[in-house]
Amino acid sequence: MTTLDTRPTTPTPTPTPTPTPTPTEATPDARDRTRVDAPAKATGTAPYAYEQPVDEPLHLFPLVATIARGTITAVDDAQARALPGVRLVLTHANAPRIRVRTDAPLSILQSSEIHHRGQLIGAVVADSPHVAREAAGLVRISYDEQPAELGFEIDDPRATEPRRVNAFKHGTHERGDTDAGLARGTLVEAVYSLPMEFHNPIEPHAVTAIWHDASAFNPRATRLTMYDTNQGTGGLGALVAPVLGLLPSQIDVISPYVGGSFGTKGWPHPHLVLVAMAAKLLAGRPVKYAMTRQQMFRTTGHRPASAQRIRLSVEADGRLVAIDHQSWAPSSRLKSYVDQTVSPTRMMYDVAHLRTIHHAVVQDTAPGSFMRAPGEFSGMFALETALDEAAHAVGVDPIELRVRNEPVRDPETGKPWSTRNLVACLRAGAEQFGWDERQPVGTQRDGEWLVGVGVASATYPNQYFVPNRAGIRFTGGRYVVELQASDIGTGAWTILPQIAADALGVPVDLVDADIGRTGLAWAMPAGGSAGTYSWGDAIIAAAAKFRRRHGDSPAEGAHETATGRMPRGSRGYSRHAFGAHFAQARVSTVTGEVRVDRMLGVFAAGRIINPRTARSQLIGGMTMGLSAALHEEAHLDERFGHVVNGDLAGYHVAAHADIGDLEVVCLEEHDPWFGATGAKGIGELGIVGVPAAIGNAIFRASGTRLRDLPFTPDRLLDAWG
Amino acid sequence: MTGHEVSVRLTVDGTEHALELDPRVSVLDALRDELAVMSVKKGCDHGQCGACTVIVDGRRILSCLALAASYDGADVTTAAGLGAVEELGAMQQAFVDRDALQCGYCTPGQVCSAVAMLEEARAGMPSHVSADVTDTEVELTDAEVRERMSGNLCRCGAYVNIVAAIQDVAHQDVAHQDGGAA
Repeated sequence: MTTLDTRPTTPTPTPTPTPTPTPTEATPDARDRTRVDAPAKATGTAPYAYEQPVDEPLHLFPLVATIARGTITAVDDAQARALPGVRLVLTHANAPRIRVRTDAPLSILQSSEIHHRGQLIGAVVADSPHVAREAAGLVRISYDEQPAELGFEIDDPRATEPRRVNAFKHGTHERGDTDAGLARGTLVEAVYSLPMEFHNPIEPHAVTAIWHDASAFNPRATRLTMYDTNQGTGGLGALVAPVLGLLPSQIDVISPYVGGSFGTKGWPHPHLVLVAMAAKLLAGRPVKYAMTRQQMFRTTGHRPASAQRIRLSVEADGRLVAIDHQSWAPSSRLKSYVDQTVSPTRMMYDVAHLRTIHHAVVQDTAPGSFMRAPGEFSGMFALETALDEAAHAVGVDPIELRVRNEPVRDPETGKPWSTRNLVACLRAGAEQFGWDERQPVGTQRDGEWLVGVGVASATYPNQYFVPNRAGIRFTGGRYVVELQASDIGTGAWTILPQIAADALGVPVDLVDADIGRTGLAWAMPAGGSAGTYSWGDAIIAAAAKFRRRHGDSPAEGAHETATGRMPRGSRGYSRHAFGAHFAQARVSTVTGEVRVDRMLGVFAAGRIINPRTARSQLIGGMTMGLSAALHEEAHLDERFGHVVNGDLAGYHVAAHADIGDLEVVCLEEHDPWFGATGAKGIGELGIVGVPAAIGNAIFRASGTRLRDLPFTPDRLLDAWG
Repeated sequence: MTGHEVSVRLTVDGTEHALELDPRVSVLDALRDELAVMSVKKGCDHGQCGACTVIVDGRRILSCLALAASYDGADVTTAAGLGAVEELGAMQQAFVDRDALQCGYCTPGQVCSAVAMLEEARAGMPSHVSADVTDTEVELTDAEVRERMSGNLCRCGAYVNIVAAIQDVAHQDVAHQDGGAA
């Protein structure tokens, strides 16, 4: 087994050779640790946000705008107020004033203006959830409705080119002479589209807020307790507290267990302000709010739709000459958000002539936000499908085509790769999946089913932007690793003690975690797949400091906190994780239904801290990718501005019966330029490229090229006439 | 209090409760909001996700679609009634061993559903994918398990591991005469 250990020894970066790694053995592994919170979760006794015990709670139900743009002209809440058990009707007429604005959507209830349908415009608080909901239905709201801009298209004349898009990526990047390059070789040109998608964690957003006014004369003595579900507690202090007239230190956030997120709980959404405002007006009483599934389609973000055009030229030997990749996507007038859709095209392959542009079209909708692998997911669907089209156009095997365009350095920045083992992933996957047994397009048949295999690459970048802090405490003969990290199902409760145990040189069974609340060392939210390696740096630094100060026999209560920073010199490297997806799809010639029999994902994602939880997370990404490939599609009604299919009956996510055999292989790799753990991020890597692998398998099975997600039966039946 | 309360008796995980409820209250809301039994989860409130699955008198139900007033006298088992952290039930242990969960929010419903599903299969109940619906001997293939568990959504994507966990239990040669003890 080859372990790639290129620990930094000099601040001057030098190109690092990346020998071909070998697959990790599936045999018992010292790193394998059973998920520590699994017993509590399997018995239902791990307390999520709504489940934290509070005394005599009141219940909130929101009022939401039923127009896409305009103003409120009147609110008639007489009937609601008359209902027994109603404690408060909150609207812009009586809401606390916001004096410090942070994120635009959080400034709710300050005027009569409506920015989007579903906008929070008030709330009813009552003794029971049923009375609150009934009373909310009794509030009559009148509007002056204005025309709204809804809907966008490729080459939209209203489009602008943002200078920056999500994750600080450049809006536009060009190199070489793209138009001249496109005139050489074989031209492949196509348009690809993805629908609006919603995260839909199974735990809906929920929060209980308690406002404690300690003294009428000292507002700084006020404290706000928020039992919340989030990817990191820090967002409430940074963005919600100022809006409420509080210092970040005045909010206590408790969020030990989070029932899934995928991005939607990574940024504070306006319901947190709504519930806190109600709690302020009802100081001393806990105010509880559990968002309905339908409400989750309104103010908690979504993956914006995108329409993309790719034009690429390829030589007869499969070498790419030029790529022009452009994306059009809607962005909310209330708050701009644009996925970094075409950014992976800049670094994936060795292309001298390249043009990549993001276009945004302003809409009167709720803001989009990051959803699992924002940008990479959408852009790699188009790019990896286009590469398959190019491979078939020139008669080169799709894996060989990718190998022949493997760049020695990052073609966007010219920097050396920290580690890049895409080719090894493709080769290992081809062997394990049985790629050599593939049949020519449209020739493999099993009764009514056409069968084929497809491949696509995956990538996800380093997202280490800020230093983190972590603490190590020794108490009761045990160590505790403390930081404001969050376990959203990723396994942080399990693996952060593993990182600490390694760094402290003690058995992992002696190490506990204290995460998921404020009052601990500051750490970035669980996002950008950066938690493990960036938190890991802080934990390793804290452990080293702890041992330096307290030795191997620390006194009871010994405690140290330290800051972890990205490795010195790491900016000299292009840092990405890579992978390859293989899928076998079958297509019914009768119904157009697509089934995915089996998938294999092979990943080179740095050191794997815990192969058990890593495998689950990567399989989870593949499952969500399959779900997006075959099922997920939100329909925005362009007349009224709402999502028509806004629940789990209309917005289909993959169920048990949709998922066949999925397997994951992680190649041995150690990347010191991501951090001292040697790990890369895996939370998002697993979803990137999956729809392309499945679409490419559909093409090999049926000869039909699908370029619009999801691959529902009607798409195939339409294609077949 | 709205003045229209109905009296409902529920036995939950072996404990009897007498409740005066708003007639609109579901079994799910009675458990969570009235009794603080949080081992049952709310994911959609519309019978679309399965997170609220509990076992009532031996059968799995979606507690969000069940009005509590209609379940007067019912015997309800939640995941907390199938085992405890220090003494997991067989299905829960299999979920832990197979890492059949990530965020854990759908898990209690998955566990309850799986336990009752195995009983249904043992009783010879067919599914959509059963080749012969008159055959009282159900062979629990992976396809059968997947089909029978499709009412329980898992957004983290633990399906592969959940099926493996259920198959582990299905293949354990244990007596199941007390139903729901798995």
